Amino acid sequence: MLLIHCPYCEEDRSELEFRWAGEAHIARPENIAAISDEEFAEFFFLRNNEKGLTYERWRHIHGCGRFFNAARDTVSDRFLMTYKAGLPKQQVPETGASEKTVETYEATEGDAR
Amino acid sequence: MSGPANNLGAFRIKGAGRLTPARTSRFTFDGKSYTAMEGDTVASALLAHGVHLIGRSFKYHRPRGVLSAGPEEPNALLDVSRDAARRQPNVRATVQEVFDGAKISSQNRWPSLAFDVGAVNNLMSPFFAAGFYYKTFMWPKEAWTKIYEPIIRRAAGLGVAPTEEDPDRYANRYAHCDVLIAGAGVAGLTAALSAAATGAEVILVDEQPEVGGALHSDATTTIDGKNGFDWAQGAAAKLKAMPNVRVLTRTTVFGYYNHGFLGLAERVSDHLDRPGRDVPRERLWQVRAGRVIIATGSIERHMVFANNDRPGIMLASAARTFLNHHGVAVGRRVGVYTAHDSAYEAAFDLKRAGVAIAAIVDCREQPGEAVLAEARLLGIDVLTGHSVTNTGGRLRINSMTVARNGNFDIRKIKVDALIVSAGWTPSVHLFSQSRGKLRYDEAQQRFLPDIYAQDCVSVGGCKGTDDLAELIDEAITAGGGRLALVGENRFDWTGGMIGAGEGAGPDTTVKAFVDFQHDVTAKDIRLAVREGMHSIEHIKRFTTNGMASDQGKLSNMHGLAIAAEMLDRPIPKVGLTTFRAPYTPVTYGTLVGHSRGDLFDPTRKTPMHDLEAAAGAEFEDVGNWKRAWYFPRRGEDMVAAVNRECRTVRDVAGVFDASTLGKIEVVGPDAAQFLNLLYTNAWDTLKPGKCRYGIMTREDGFIYDDGVVGRLAEDRFHVTTTTGGAPRVLNHMEDYLQTEFPHLKVWLTSTTEQWAVIAVQGPKAREIIAPLVEGLDISNEAFPHMSVAECTVMGVPARLFRMSFTGELGFEVNVPADYGAAVWQAIWERAERMGACLYGTESMHVLRAEKGYLIVGQDTDGTVTPDDSGYGWAVSKKKTDFVGIRGLKRPDLVRDGRKQLVGLVTNRPSDVLEEGAQIVADPNQPKPMTMLGHVTSAYWSENCGRSIAMALVAGGRSLIGQTLFIPMKDRTIAVEVTDTVFFDKEGGRIHG
Amino acid sequence: MVDSGADVATRSLPLSGVHGGSAAVRLEVAAPAGRISLRVRNEDVSALSAALGVDLPVKPKTSAFANGRTALWLGPDEWLVIDEGNSGLTTAAANSGALHSATDVSHRNTAILVEGPGAVATINVGCPQDLSLKAFPVGACTRTIFGKVEIVLLRTAEDAFRVEVWRSFSDYAFGLLSQGALDAGQ
Repeated sequence: MLLIHCPYCEEDRSELEFRWAGEAHIARPENIAAISDEEFAEFFFLRNNEKGLTYERWRHIHGCGRFFNAARDTVSDRFLMTYKAGLPKQQVPETGASEKTVETYEATEGDAR
Repeated sequence: MSGPANNLGAFRIKGAGRLTPARTSRFTFDGKSYTAMEGDTVASALLAHGVHLIGRSFKYHRPRGVLSAGPEEPNALLDVSRDAARRQPNVRATVQEVFDGAKISSQNRWPSLAFDVGAVNNLMSPFFAAGFYYKTFMWPKEAWTKIYEPIIRRAAGLGVAPTEEDPDRYANRYAHCDVLIAGAGVAGLTAALSAAATGAEVILVDEQPEVGGALHSDATTTIDGKNGFDWAQGAAAKLKAMPNVRVLTRTTVFGYYNHGFLGLAERVSDHLDRPGRDVPRERLWQVRAGRVIIATGSIERHMVFANNDRPGIMLASAARTFLNHHGVAVGRRVGVYTAHDSAYEAAFDLKRAGVAIAAIVDCREQPGEAVLAEARLLGIDVLTGHSVTNTGGRLRINSMTVARNGNFDIRKIKVDALIVSAGWTPSVHLFSQSRGKLRYDEAQQRFLPDIYAQDCVSVGGCKGTDDLAELIDEAITAGGGRLALVGENRFDWTGGMIGAGEGAGPDTTVKAFVDFQHDVTAKDIRLAVREGMHSIEHIKRFTTNGMASDQGKLSNMHGLAIAAEMLDRPIPKVGLTTFRAPYTPVTYGTLVGHSRGDLFDPTRKTPMHDLEAAAGAEFEDVGNWKRAWYFPRRGEDMVAAVNRECRTVRDVAGVFDASTLGKIEVVGPDAAQFLNLLYTNAWDTLKPGKCRYGIMTREDGFIYDDGVVGRLAEDRFHVTTTTGGAPRVLNHMEDYLQTEFPHLKVWLTSTTEQWAVIAVQGPKAREIIAPLVEGLDISNEAFPHMSVAECTVMGVPARLFRMSFTGELGFEVNVPADYGAAVWQAIWERAERMGACLYGTESMHVLRAEKGYLIVGQDTDGTVTPDDSGYGWAVSKKKTDFVGIRGLKRPDLVRDGRKQLVGLVTNRPSDVLEEGAQIVADPNQPKPMTMLGHVTSAYWSENCGRSIAMALVAGGRSLIGQTLFIPMKDRTIAVEVTDTVFFDKEGGRIHG
Repeated sequence: MVDSGADVATRSLPLSGVHGGSAAVRLEVAAPAGRISLRVRNEDVSALSAALGVDLPVKPKTSAFANGRTALWLGPDEWLVIDEGNSGLTTAAANSGALHSATDVSHRNTAILVEGPGAVATINVGCPQDLSLKAFPVGACTRTIFGKVEIVLLRTAEDAFRVEVWRSFSDYAFGLLSQGALDAGQ
């Protein structure tokens, strides 16, 4: 179970108090009524779903109730940082943690070839 | 032997072991009664009585005995029951402590353990080789579901699952600590003492009843000048007395998850003769640890050779534990087969206890000097460079066949037990579960922790540290404190091997077991490789090696080595299967904990629930809520009750509990602007004191929720949502408010439970509530349809809505929840006298369908727009922005031919359609037919005197007046497409 | 009954007649109290504090008590204010003259008092937070999860907590607390 640092409560809390809220830094277009179908599709339907470093939103729904942003490595499940909603995308230091902690079937299968 | 020792078993050795005969208990095994001592496991107690035959193997039904003395046991799995309702299969005899009155039975045998019909599988074994299932049951295809699968299912599985509900309690506890230490052997205890001294909050966990770990088997190690096991008990006592330390014994760290989270299963009362009623059987600890010290030691491996599975063959360390801890000799004439020095110490201890050692057969040419010298001193015959190539005996070993390595001259040696050791496998399970990466130690042929993924450290045996002094140092360092501790052991061990032994090599067909529980032999692993499995993950699945409940604690390394040899590859290149939680099996009860019965899920009841129940209500589940479904009177079934309720509401009036509807208070100077953005409607035009039906769409333009919103003041709105939508609508609103529109000065508060809501609907609604309302004129002129006001009802502050979900004159009385019951009671007393009724959700559904009112989630499914449902009028044309404004313009949402909500009436009025039924234009078209849509709501309408339905139909509104068809299993029903209003089409009643 | 409308509604409290607890911990249903959910921007905190007679704490996980009122920090602009007497909370807040949202939730919530040496173990049956005095000292408060329901937890003394829970979840919360109390007694 993840341990998540809430930037508003300023401490680590159990995943049980949080709810994931999708990819971060996707701003709703200000002139949304005027955008093209392609722009709308890009905004609403398409997500990067990246392996490794991902920016995502969480809500401390059973805590302070705030939405915030997190940079998480989806391979190691490590939170590299969390920061308040509204702040621009933050740079995180490269840790290279992903490679070391892969424990998947493909990894062992790869070794065996 | 004589006297009391006899009762405790003929194989108890006087003066040996740490148990005292002060307390004894009786248990039965397969109906026969035995006596045990306090501290006995089922295994030690049975062995004390000379019982080695304990079970039958899974596939071949071969006789099996006790292999180990710990949780790694693959063989001795038993059915243990306390009473009729408390029975558990597959209990490890080496873990289960004897309690008085235990009824224990062997498994996987019929009719008896000694004579088992299933043993014929052993003779058929050429047909049951690895991959047998995959290859044999391929065809004919139909035979799989009818013949093969039922037979396999009957034969499969070990033990018999209990059929009765588990009467025991299971507890759950969240806990936090600075340091969690898994394992309380020398390393774990030392680390705990060291960490505790720093003031850190420490949790020390061990799976055995007493701390000590490997010291259980040991009789010669000294620590701090004391006998090792005694030192361990003293250390535990010292730790328990410290306020910052919690020592959990009989507790298994079964899982090491993300971010320092660990699952622990504590067996609280399985060992007690008569557990108290309030004592849980097991307790799940969910621990968040700052740091973890893994001190889980290592597990001895067996030797892989022909017929290495007969009862009486066991790990040397197990024999040593039974002797030194339980005071039980595993035989009278014991053979030893080893590749490691540790087995010598077992032989020495047995010899000193008066047990004859037939010979130590060591496959190595050069065992450790020290143990060899000691063996000579004790007069034990040591055959170096020899191997045991076979064993004899039916239900118990009676001989071992010994040969010089590479030589065909064999000799048979009579034994009644054979203890074996191929060396030790570090228990890296928790380290691996923490996502740490292992490295292969070529010299010692073992996997060891290499790269740590979490804040943890391995110490001692599980890290591959063999030297005692080094182990103590490393544990002290891991604990972070200072400590002076000296440990001494008699012998430093060398040796070890993995893979098949002499005589069980590639050119043989002998049954040399690698995985005892799943009956996987060395031959099976080789077959898997020959059949093309080259990854250990494939070999594992093909052979089922390591897939039994012991998860390959003994077998994985052997299986890997045999595969590597066949593939002619180094072991790390063949790969190691991933270690997954749980480390040992965890009962469902422990995982379920308190989440059963009333606590399985919250049952939400409205403030009027008890009054409704007293009035005879049947309830239905809506989410976690119990909602009154209908109120049958004596002799009424559901249909009759609903028909009466529907008729009465329109003729007189009905009283309905609407408390579960979600309510959100939207407050702030920008409240109207915020609602403008969240709903398709316009809210700035709504005057205080008025309410309006609103539709909420997502960005994609599809309906998300709906409800009536009342404006109480310029800056205060009372928003209602659907019952099921309440939490997600609030989350949706908060999301937009916090992240897209944070500049708006508005706040949201859930008030769902602040208000009890009593809907009074029908021509007499006003007359019913009027005398109870104070400070408000509720006449039609002063308080018309879609009004809202704050007033006083029965002396308490209330919010009164003039609104209707029935199409009748209606009010919704909102009072603070604790007053709900009293106000309901008063309203009902008046209503009843006027001939009104109580009605439930079923009648509510029918009444609203008669009016064509939408239920989000029933008549919509997440792909329906306001226009699709005929609610296009609710979408403001003037607004320049709201959530969904762009989505609604998407090409697919504005095209012709979208499914639209329409009414359906069946040609035969008595036919009530099935919700979900598909609709076609031509019932005679070839299959697959073109389906135009489906029925979303269908009821018998007593008020219309016929069945009514709503449906989503492609181009539905243009089909009004036409006939469509609904093909059912037994007939086709013809329907006419209509608009969605079936009753009071003019809509006058609502303004009454 | 006369149709006068003069009858005053009587109050039916949730959790009436429930029993629970063990040798290690006492479970008690708290008396009815006035409560508001208060939302205030940073710049208006002092005005609201003055109006309510209790300083709204601005540090996460803390509470303040004065004049019979407890203000619990729940979020950066959110407080639960509990008045042991009955009410006047919304009026007092309105008198601040500052921008805010005060919503009466007196009947939405009910409270269970958990007291005794086993209090922490009792709550930790379903609450994943670290309730050691170091992490959760007297006066600490938080919204959190308890088994399958949401609660607001306030530590009122070393071995005493107030568990605020929504009305319809109170049976579940009390039931789970009872199980915790039983286990804490072991």
